[in-house]
Amino acid sequence: MNVDELRKIVNGKLLTPNSDLSREVKGGCGADLMSDVLASIQPEAVLLTGLCNPQVIRTAQMADVAAVVLVRGKIPPQETIDLAIQERIPVITSPYGMFELCGRLHRAGMPSLEMPVDIDPSAKA
Amino acid sequence: MENSSSQKNRVITDKVVESISRVEELAYELKIDQVMTHDPQTIAPDVVMEDVLEIFRKALISGAPVVSGDALVGILSMEDLIHCLRKNDLRAPVSEYMTKKVITVKNSEQVIEALKFFVNTKLGRLPVVDIDGKLVGILTKGDVTRGLLKALQQDYQTEELIRYRASHLFEDIESDRTSLILRYDIKAGDFVKGGTASSHIKRALLRLGASPQIARRVGIAIYEAEMNLIIHTTRGGVIRIEIEPHQILMDAYDDGPGIPDVNLAMKPGYSTATEEIRELGFGAGMGLVNISRCVDQMKLESVVDKGTRLKMKIFLNEENTVGEATP
Repeated sequence: MNVDELRKIVNGKLLTPNSDLSREVKGGCGADLMSDVLASIQPEAVLLTGLCNPQVIRTAQMADVAAVVLVRGKIPPQETIDLAIQERIPVITSPYGMFELCGRLHRAGMPSLEMPVDIDPSAKA
Repeated sequence: MENSSSQKNRVITDKVVESISRVEELAYELKIDQVMTHDPQTIAPDVVMEDVLEIFRKALISGAPVVSGDALVGILSMEDLIHCLRKNDLRAPVSEYMTKKVITVKNSEQVIEALKFFVNTKLGRLPVVDIDGKLVGILTKGDVTRGLLKALQQDYQTEELIRYRASHLFEDIESDRTSLILRYDIKAGDFVKGGTASSHIKRALLRLGASPQIARRVGIAIYEAEMNLIIHTTRGGVIRIEIEPHQILMDAYDDGPGIPDVNLAMKPGYSTATEEIRELGFGAGMGLVNISRCVDQMKLESVVDKGTRLKMKIFLNEENTVGEATP
């Protein structure tokens, strides 16, 4: 699935005009705590989140996220959009909530890119 | 030649794939002045249409601005010429057939402004004027395409060159042990800027030829450490990265307040972050756990009222060295 197909499925609006809509999205991950995202997400995923601050984009950049979808029609502050444009990470806002979004994307055949959490913290990922 | 092909493979091109969207960005960055044709062929309003035929043919153009003295008075296109030919009126002056209502763009405007006209109208060319309204050039869709392609190529070559140079950084330097040290001062409470250092470090590693996996592991570990300095320290701290061909040492240290129970701090889910920090998406108590997952070695030392030092190490195997093209 690419970013443009993703945008259609989530009925979303693109907030970053410079985005490459043909970029491949390999799966999904949903979380509001950035450490949870960093702990579980695999590369090239779409990140579904209710958080709107610039740290979402930094987290996305560190974790090689392919696109960010903001739930419940949230509009992030300008500094978040500016950073996303600078780092070339597509940001989409969707009218749906987290559960609905996960369901829609899953139904459309998108796999989960959340690694199950390793309960033994001394083991290496 | 085997050597040169392996060098070629070492250049990481993840950014290059994204150059498609860069076109749109460039449309905002480039000024019309940079892509337009300067000193275009102009025609006077009293020239007869028959002569225009010859002017177009000689200059290999399909339209030209009509200028009287210093003033732009119209624009004449191939379509106007055809219109005139059908009426068999080639003796008529240009002023009778030219389009008088001319849409112009300014040379100081961004290319995107011209693109808007090209998309929304059927215009094939736009006269370009300066701040005083004087004609300084002409812009066609072809000019825009050429300008964008040229800028893209330059972009691509610049990043390629940076990467190529950086990925060979250590090769020509002889020492018993060469390393590159990067230092970043992190301010306490500067939440908005948080992640800037991590972002720079990740990019530096990619330019040095690190694999995307290594860059990602370092990026995540440093990002968690950087956010810890921002959220938990009294006066901020320092991140120090020492890059060697076969290992990356990462160090995050501060001068307080220190962690009373280091073992407890390492426990997944344990956090002392305030509700405010949690609302910002941090303080899940997973930071140090995440770091330990990303690095090969980690050591956390802390003394209350003195400070905390987090040392991390990632080893690079033969295929994944940085700063050298040939392992």
